[in-house]
Amino acid sequence: MSTLHIVNKSPFERNALASCIGHLGNDDAVLLIEDAVVAARDGSTVAPLIREALTNGPVYVLAADLAARAIKREGVIAGMKLIDYRGFVELAAQHARTQSWL
Amino acid sequence: MAEGIKKKLLYVNRKAPYGTIYALEGLEVVLVGAAFEQDVSVAFLDDGVFQLLDGQDTADIGVKNFSRAYKALGDFEVRKVYVERESLAERGLDSADLMQITYEDENDDGAEKPLVRLIDRRELAHIMSEQDVILSF
Repeated sequence: MSTLHIVNKSPFERNALASCIGHLGNDDAVLLIEDAVVAARDGSTVAPLIREALTNGPVYVLAADLAARAIKREGVIAGMKLIDYRGFVELAAQHARTQSWL
Repeated sequence: MAEGIKKKLLYVNRKAPYGTIYALEGLEVVLVGAAFEQDVSVAFLDDGVFQLLDGQDTADIGVKNFSRAYKALGDFEVRKVYVERESLAERGLDSADLMQITYEDENDDGAEKPLVRLIDRRELAHIMSEQDVILSF
């Protein structure tokens, strides 16, 4: 059973996202929340990291945190999935464990 | 937690000591949690490897030096302590920079043996994937 990795820090400030992606197991999912959602914008220097995670498994982003930061859905990296809070709960329930990258 | 149920618990330490409270809190939770007889592993990666460096001296920053407490891990029956090799290398460190932490091997007449195991990122990712619960600090 796979892991849901939750990242909440901006990749421009911390290495949490990079470290998370370096430790993914097969089919593990990544969820970006809070300041980590800035990584979802295509065209940034961290977009290749997200694409790497997408080759391994799904990458989700909490839509409420995107909206709060004025990051438009159209600008999100192709292949990422936007979810709401209910989706967050469902993801947590579907995975064997969660790991928070503080 | 119900008596008799043993879970695989991994404590993940990713922060350097003293700048924030994470490292001290993480260590305290590991030591307290050891009393519950779970299958405990402790991992140090990213800046967390700085927690285990030998020669910490906090005299001039007015903060308690808690680094000696890591040496108690063995006495608390913790037997799985991992340091990520890549994290050390990225910071210009190697195993010689780490504190000597030992445990008494009850299966070998109480012989003192090194407790810390250096593992690579791939091995650590595998260990993470085997846990019931992961606690991050």
